[in-house]
Amino acid sequence: MINLVQNEMLKLVRKKKLVVVALIIGILISVFTYAQYKEAQRTLERLGDVDWRTTLQQQIIDTQNRLTSSRISDEWKSQLQLRIQQQQYYLDHNVNPMEPGAPTFMREFAKNSIDLFLPLMVMIIAADLVSSERSAGTVKLLLTRPVKRWKILLSKYITLVLAVSFIIVLFGMFSYLISGLVFGYQGWTAPVITGFSVEAGELITSGIQLIPQWQYLLMEFGLVWFVALVVGTLSFMLSVLIRSTAAGMGVMLATLISGMILSNMVSSWVSAKYLFMINLKLTDYLTGSAPPIDGMTLGFSLAVLAAWGLAALAVSFTVFLKQDVY
Amino acid sequence: MSEITLSVKGLRKVIGKKEIIKGLDFDLKKGEVFGFLGPNGAGKTTTIRMLVSLIKPTSGSIEICGYNVETHFIEAMSRLGCIVENPELYPYLTGWENLEHFAGMLPNLDRAHMYEVVKLVRLQERIHDPVKTYSLGMRQRLGIAQALLGKPKVLILDEPTNGLDPAGIREMRSFIRFLAEEEGLSVLVSSHLLSEIQLMCDRVAIISKGEIIKVDTVDSLLSMQERLIWRVSPLEKAQRILEERTHVTVGGDSTLITTYSESEAAAWNRALVEQGIEVKEMQKKLPALEDLFLELTGGESVD
Repeated sequence: MINLVQNEMLKLVRKKKLVVVALIIGILISVFTYAQYKEAQRTLERLGDVDWRTTLQQQIIDTQNRLTSSRISDEWKSQLQLRIQQQQYYLDHNVNPMEPGAPTFMREFAKNSIDLFLPLMVMIIAADLVSSERSAGTVKLLLTRPVKRWKILLSKYITLVLAVSFIIVLFGMFSYLISGLVFGYQGWTAPVITGFSVEAGELITSGIQLIPQWQYLLMEFGLVWFVALVVGTLSFMLSVLIRSTAAGMGVMLATLISGMILSNMVSSWVSAKYLFMINLKLTDYLTGSAPPIDGMTLGFSLAVLAAWGLAALAVSFTVFLKQDVY
Repeated sequence: MSEITLSVKGLRKVIGKKEIIKGLDFDLKKGEVFGFLGPNGAGKTTTIRMLVSLIKPTSGSIEICGYNVETHFIEAMSRLGCIVENPELYPYLTGWENLEHFAGMLPNLDRAHMYEVVKLVRLQERIHDPVKTYSLGMRQRLGIAQALLGKPKVLILDEPTNGLDPAGIREMRSFIRFLAEEEGLSVLVSSHLLSEIQLMCDRVAIISKGEIIKVDTVDSLLSMQERLIWRVSPLEKAQRILEERTHVTVGGDSTLITTYSESEAAAWNRALVEQGIEVKEMQKKLPALEDLFLELTGGESVD
């Protein structure tokens, strides 16, 4: 088995896929770091060198102004109201939600990458793991060895799990190192508030905890890893089912994007909460944003994602073991 | 010579409602090159893919060295080497890495044997170059090296000379003969080229529309087809005389064609001469497998 995984890793490395992923992540993080730096400078210009409380206060006032506008939808309105309540909570407890520094950047960037950017990176690896062997015909050589088919597929899946883990670690390291150049590397122990929950549009603060940022990051990256793994597993299944890598990627991309669009408009379609792509934004449960459909919880989303992942694995193995190869 | 290394019994494949392979039976013996001959679409490739377990047979059994492919997959497959269609290797790896990759899938990786195999296919000089820089002939040789890594008893080659230049074809042919004669492998070679099978194989199975029409040694298949061509005059009278003794057909260019029989040819000739026929020419014709093939398959096209 170790030999097989080594083979798969060798192929992965020599195809330079990981290099591509690392480059994309590196470039994107640099761009976002710069953008955030510019943003900070603008705030500085606008409000002068004031402390974060003033800035937060200003943000609350801005949001309240927007709320008075009659043209925004009710849903959006309740979202904004939740945000105000949260920001007020931060203010009341004297906790800076945006403590400047690389760890805060990591936190924010991971939150924004969980439902599209990181799944995309994982897809680059997962989408052609099996289909490339089929389109190149090398699968015929693999399957005529004295090795059972399930072992061959398992070695590929293990490789995928390792690659996903590697990408997440790389992502964390890059975002820390690159953003630290601008924002400084401090802030691991800054307090972060988590445990907000939303019930019937109301912010519930009873379960709230104040934890150091490193602990928060650990939880967050755990969730990010899980989401990446589930998306990877689904792409893996498509790679087994669909011979063309491009078609497999297209299907996956379409579902991911439709998930993003749906999340904003399915609050009344309750059964949509069983779709995996609605459940990708696990980090929202940490920050306490309202879930796309009422009644969704972290446990629920984890269970839905796990079920999808396991089903995809079952399909992959069943098909791969039975398939006639032409 | 009589040890059976590959045994196929009642092999069938049904896809949808169509029966692609209609019950094949044949055996491969140690040290022989067995040809699998048929036009495109006859079911050669499907059969070969069933032999190497890429396709699951609908029914029938395949045994390699006595191990059933379905029940003793590992034992059977470790005695088999194969190239199915073109040797598809990883172009972004070097030849050596490709070999290491496939050697890693065998129960025990034997580096000394890897060197031997590389030497056998004469790739020593280029083995550490990426495969994408190889010529087709070199890829084919690397493909064979890969098939030989596991020290197989049975080697299955699907169209091994496809796309090679004449020198490459000759080289491949002598290499396959060498493997069978010197190394004692059983080699199954499929081809739609009759000349190739004729030059390289000991026995041949002729397959058409999913059925084996005939399995026999190349020699006896050819002798079956030996013909005697007579150039005589007058033609009609000679034809009558010969028809009393054997089966006669009229050939073009005012000739008569009969079967060839060493014991009787002289007697037929004497009979003709005694009745005043001028025998201008008697020619024994050794036909190509091609004629036989056309006869057996009823003129199905072969290129």
